Amino acid sequence: MDPIQSLIKELAVKHGRRRESLLPVLQGVVEQERYLSEHSMIEIARELDLPAAEVYGTATFYSFLEHRKMGRFVIRICKTISCSMKGKNQVLLAIQDMLKISTGETTPDGRFSLVETNCLGLCHKAPAMLINEEVYTELTPEKVREILSEYMLK
Amino acid sequence: MAESYHLLKRADFIFRNENDWEDILTKTIKRTPQDIINELISSELKGRGGAGFPTGLKWKITAEAKSAEKYVICNADEGEPGTFKDREILSRVPYKVLTAMAVCANIIGSKKGIIYLRGEYHSLKEALEKTISEFEYYCKKIKLDFTVEVFMGSGAYICGEETALFESLEGHRGEPRNKPPYPTIKGYMDKPTVINNVETLAHTFTIFKYGAKKFYDLGVQFSRGTKLFSVSGDTPKPGIYELELGMSLQDFVNEFGDGDTKAVQVGGASGFLVPRKKFQETAIGYQGKLTGISLPTGGSMMIYNSSRSMFNVLDNYLEFFREESCGQCTPCRVGCQQLLIGIKAVKRGERPAQYLDKLLKLSETMQITAKCGLGQSVANSFASIVENFREEMIY
Repeated sequence: MDPIQSLIKELAVKHGRRRESLLPVLQGVVEQERYLSEHSMIEIARELDLPAAEVYGTATFYSFLEHRKMGRFVIRICKTISCSMKGKNQVLLAIQDMLKISTGETTPDGRFSLVETNCLGLCHKAPAMLINEEVYTELTPEKVREILSEYMLK
Repeated sequence: MAESYHLLKRADFIFRNENDWEDILTKTIKRTPQDIINELISSELKGRGGAGFPTGLKWKITAEAKSAEKYVICNADEGEPGTFKDREILSRVPYKVLTAMAVCANIIGSKKGIIYLRGEYHSLKEALEKTISEFEYYCKKIKLDFTVEVFMGSGAYICGEETALFESLEGHRGEPRNKPPYPTIKGYMDKPTVINNVETLAHTFTIFKYGAKKFYDLGVQFSRGTKLFSVSGDTPKPGIYELELGMSLQDFVNEFGDGDTKAVQVGGASGFLVPRKKFQETAIGYQGKLTGISLPTGGSMMIYNSSRSMFNVLDNYLEFFREESCGQCTPCRVGCQQLLIGIKAVKRGERPAQYLDKLLKLSETMQITAKCGLGQSVANSFASIVENFREEMIY
């Protein structure tokens, strides 16, 4: 059994093998692997006894269930209006400049991915972003450079 | 002119720290279901997610539905742009929400509660689950058979629509169902389900503790009680404020604006943009048959000053809707795309200004024909921006 298979088995034991268990299992794989590979989705289908197309169809509906290979740290910066008004673009440019990637890309060392996302519900502390599950608010180019410098050491 | 009062009336119920939730729970479940439902109905509490369905009535219909299995679901998929109150409730006073869920479960005959928490709020999960286990421990102590599970969303605005939320809970794509049947009869797993917004549940706690009259005496006719407002944008004091319903938008702007307010978006991207000249005549509350312009809101108040281009604002909303449309029904899937392409074409001069009228008709068609609230409500912001700021769309 490869590591993905045992992870999926473990998740199926924890969440069950019913259809209602599908999202928690998908989320469990993403939490560990940061994305869902074709291999993971086929293995989930096998474990939960579902058609692989159903698993793929469900997974691709949700923006946090990435199906492209992602970096260890996924940066999601909010692009909705309140953040956009409070200087989101300058922050985004600072990140792009520092990591040398554009939005939607992953650094060659596989460490960081950068995506834009819809409203994070932090509009009063705009602009905001998530790095994996961690919340960062009231960002400025200087602040985001500091935050990323710390992540680079991780 | 809508019924409204002058000067904002602040209140402090939701975030007031109540140390006696155990007493409230024990006392309330000893009352008859009929008694509690009557109290909720007489309080005139309406759903605080934005749609405004009377809460007491929702509980009553579900209680009357015949089924051995029923569910209580707390909708914490707070995705409307400009709304951030539910996160605050769940992190500061989660026991109020849990108490309300347990009381509801006891009335309708349910043993299982689910909190559907949006993926973006993952950082809340651990603390919330800890509170839940303390809560469940107390339920066991008083012999109340009720458990609560946190179910995480994964980044889909549409899952805040109640039937899409059920689909998601059941392990499917979050595509809304046809209504009727309504959740009160056929909800999660096709069983009778009460699904309430986080804030609505928190208000029922206030009613259990202080009585319906206390709640009813706040606010105005058709819009009773208080509401949390999420204030963001061009304001010197962004944040969450609990206010009595029924204030005029002018008074709101006087308090929260930066002195140069051009427009306010009431109710998020799916709500309405109100320009300065209509601040005085607009009240914030639910629509009643005697009132004039009265705008309900899930609590999102985004303030724009005169430095903001309304074209950029609309462009941002439409991009949001285009991405978040589930794609199931044609009016919404194609409509959102075409509205976005259309306003850009007019702005670039590739289409004449009159093309905006065609787009307005398209948004009207979406309002009539889209399957769920998402597609139906795109016209709210689209029409209110295009009609009030037409020149900004063109030049």
